[in-house]
Amino acid sequence: MSPDGPVDILTNAQGGTNDSRFAAKQAPEARHTLAQPVRAGSENSPNPSAVGAALPITQSSESRNVLEGGNKASAAPEKFIPEPERYELHSTSIHHFNLQRRDFFKVMGAGIAIFTVAANAATAQESGARRHNGDQDQPKDISSWLHINDDGIVTVFTGKVEVGQNTRTTLAQSVADELRVPVATIRMVMGDTALTPFDMGTFGSRSTPYMSPQLRRAASAARDLLLRQAATQWNTAPEKLTASDGKITNPASGATLTYAQLAQGKTLARDMPDADPITPPEQWTVAGKSAPKVDARAFVTGQHQYTPDLRLTNALHAKVLRPPTFGATLVSADLSAAQAMPGVVAIRDGDFVAVAAPNERAAEKGLAAIHAEWKNKPQSSSKELYADLKKNLDTEENQKPHEKGSVANGLANAAQRHEQTYTVAYIAHAPLEPRAAVADWKDGKLTVWTGSQRPFGVQEELAAALHLPKDHVRVIVPDTGSAYGGKHTADAALEAARLARAGIDVGDSFSRGGRTVKIVWTREEEFTWSYFRPAGVIEIKSGIAGDGTITAWEFHNYNSGGSGIQTPYDVANQLIQFHPVNSPLRQGSYRGLAATANHFARESFMDELAHAAQIDPLEFRMKNLSDPRLRAVFESAARAFGWPRKQTQPGQGFGMGGGVEKGGYVATCAEISVDQKSGEVRVVQIATAFECGAIVNPDGLRHQVIGANIMGLGGALFESLEFENGRISNPHFAQYRVPRFRDIPQMEVMLLDRKDLPPAGAGETPIVGLAPAIGNAIFDATGIRLRALPLAPRGLKVQKNNA
Amino acid sequence: MARPIQAQINGKSRIFESEPDTTLLFALREELGLTGTKYGCGEGQCGACTVLVNGTPRRSCQLSVSVAAGKSIVTIEGFEQDGQLHPVQQAFLDQGAFQCAYCTSGMIVSSVALLQKNPHPSEPEIVQALQGNICRCGTHPRIIAAVQQAAKAMHGARS
Repeated sequence: MSPDGPVDILTNAQGGTNDSRFAAKQAPEARHTLAQPVRAGSENSPNPSAVGAALPITQSSESRNVLEGGNKASAAPEKFIPEPERYELHSTSIHHFNLQRRDFFKVMGAGIAIFTVAANAATAQESGARRHNGDQDQPKDISSWLHINDDGIVTVFTGKVEVGQNTRTTLAQSVADELRVPVATIRMVMGDTALTPFDMGTFGSRSTPYMSPQLRRAASAARDLLLRQAATQWNTAPEKLTASDGKITNPASGATLTYAQLAQGKTLARDMPDADPITPPEQWTVAGKSAPKVDARAFVTGQHQYTPDLRLTNALHAKVLRPPTFGATLVSADLSAAQAMPGVVAIRDGDFVAVAAPNERAAEKGLAAIHAEWKNKPQSSSKELYADLKKNLDTEENQKPHEKGSVANGLANAAQRHEQTYTVAYIAHAPLEPRAAVADWKDGKLTVWTGSQRPFGVQEELAAALHLPKDHVRVIVPDTGSAYGGKHTADAALEAARLARAGIDVGDSFSRGGRTVKIVWTREEEFTWSYFRPAGVIEIKSGIAGDGTITAWEFHNYNSGGSGIQTPYDVANQLIQFHPVNSPLRQGSYRGLAATANHFARESFMDELAHAAQIDPLEFRMKNLSDPRLRAVFESAARAFGWPRKQTQPGQGFGMGGGVEKGGYVATCAEISVDQKSGEVRVVQIATAFECGAIVNPDGLRHQVIGANIMGLGGALFESLEFENGRISNPHFAQYRVPRFRDIPQMEVMLLDRKDLPPAGAGETPIVGLAPAIGNAIFDATGIRLRALPLAPRGLKVQKNNA
Repeated sequence: MARPIQAQINGKSRIFESEPDTTLLFALREELGLTGTKYGCGEGQCGACTVLVNGTPRRSCQLSVSVAAGKSIVTIEGFEQDGQLHPVQQAFLDQGAFQCAYCTSGMIVSSVALLQKNPHPSEPEIVQALQGNICRCGTHPRIIAAVQQAAKAMHGARS
């Protein structure tokens, strides 16, 4: 076994591009070792290091033989012709990892391997099981795996991805904790459809609650195996031995064996059901403490390679001809001028028109040389957005309301009845790394590097759109320049891949040895052709008794979604319903999803009710709240903030908001000031209390809570996508204002560590309390009740006029 | 082929062969492989592409490569010396002043420029200097702390 084989994989893993070291330090042409998804040598070669950098991605040895039979003969590039029968055969191939499990040691080298088997349905759906068309059964399958090399290096494989939420570090911490090794010995291989088990995606705050325990189980099983190995060698019982700091010790004799020694020359593999016991949070040693980002140095030196940073030999740079308006259809396109330009590839496939050229300027010029005619269709505008949302109900998707008691009775028995409407604008994720992809098409097989939260979803989209068997498509996600729920789709990957294939179609000189195409969306494309956080209209009707008890709660959300729609307060009579709408803009996931909209409406309305009942807003909430975890965060935030506070200068105001979502409990208090001349609203101070069960990495968690608040500041105060005639009117950072340094308030974070509870995810929920806290503070300061997000994009003009 | 453009890049004489209307950002990244300088908006609005041109922080997406002729340009890759991080890099590392870290190069370059001009910036001065750099993850408080740490490390406490 050449040491280079597995070491390649290990080193690659750390940079997150899965080939960063070698893209950075070796000649770019070496990439083809990695880019080749399938090599005949993986089974036939006597030297397993030949596949060290490229694990086979086929799904079964049978199907692979069929395919290689078809491709082996010709080494030269050729047109890829989809073969329907084989495609059919592949679409029903059984398990993703049978082959790899069998061949695992050939690739990884000697050592100890543990495969986590997703035994229960919830886990299997998350990671491990592959859903096949027409086959809804979720087979048991591997959801993660772990390997201990004979040099003591631990490699962990998971389909989760790192997008800035620090999961590479927190997952490594959990494994280190359970395996009793230093974090520095862990290598995380993440988000690579050829190397890691299937995973649904990195979203919904699930990496910590679902993936972390799975990896712990694998680590726990590995530790158990190591203890048994040592016990056998020393002819003693495993219970008499201890594991710590990467070695097994026999306290009776003082003898030690390192994990590296125990893994030497072994090829031990074990499957773990996911019911195995893991270390409870009270006994954590590595997890539960702050740990620095595992590959931090690469980020401060500019060495980390995000997708746009990958430089592959002869890569072409792509530009796509975007329609002038949403929904426009292409009438005609004259590509001849572009195609006549040296080195420029220009293609049309349906309404998709794009060019690729040796450099960006040439691609831009090629694109400008295309003459296209489009047919526009009538479009709505953001001015009529909220009326439109209520008119365009998607009746097919209509969902049943959540009902409890009788709202009619509750309202009839109330001392006061109130109703209000709130609105929430479309906003953009605006990740600083725009959508980008590098597609490498070689011998009819495709490797795509792209910043995505769903590598396996992107693989499926590519396979379907390009009529390829899934095992011909490998998707690798380099650690990505943020996503916030915005990188679920394969858009950029599809564009690069289609052009990469076109390069082979035209058969020009670049196509020898395979075509590589890079696309990086412009900021304007990001703001226009990605998808957005849904806009919404929320209507609430409620009644309160004379003592401030809420007697009825009716809540309707149009379009923005069902996350966080339930009220955590004790209300006997409830009717809560989400109404799906045919959205005028492409919409999708976003940090916290609709929980931000639903919490804004609910917590603003709670403030309105409190004022109507003439009760302090904190007291009013507590009066109607029995959930001890939510009470605890409200109390904690209020204490830190010094609630209730009195105005000491004109324009100053205080407000709060909070709730529970995705297993996390949050309460936020905010102080704002309104400039008495300009009407500008500034958030002066925020205090946030957050509880998400046992804390894995306090420093990382604090960072997430502060980050969520700062991001939330934009949506709360000024972010809004405006559109008219099928165009986004503000698709630039100069027009679409995101939070900058001057907007950042003083921030305090209280983390409530519940070692007695399993950890929940934390990347999203801390965002939900901020907008209502700010809105309520504005009311406190000015008496003006704002019921639309963003609250004050251009300051409070009304305030100025009234002053 | 246009006349090659010569510039000092991170202390070394380098030649650009890109067309003169290529952006400096693209030429640095694709021609010289200095991909630490990032594309964030191409509009001079986010600061991810900031480099030092004769010591002044400039948005490389807004400059054509021809502007570099005869100038000294420092990118994020130019700060580390003999394996030693620049104090600003070290401070970002120590403070964990990044999440996705896509903005980090631009933040560090802008901070180095600030500290060269103003060894003891106040917090409002740091805010002012970094106002043109966007961080979407919300790392701002730690970035400010990192600049303060670096100021101390480079110039000692203000007496």
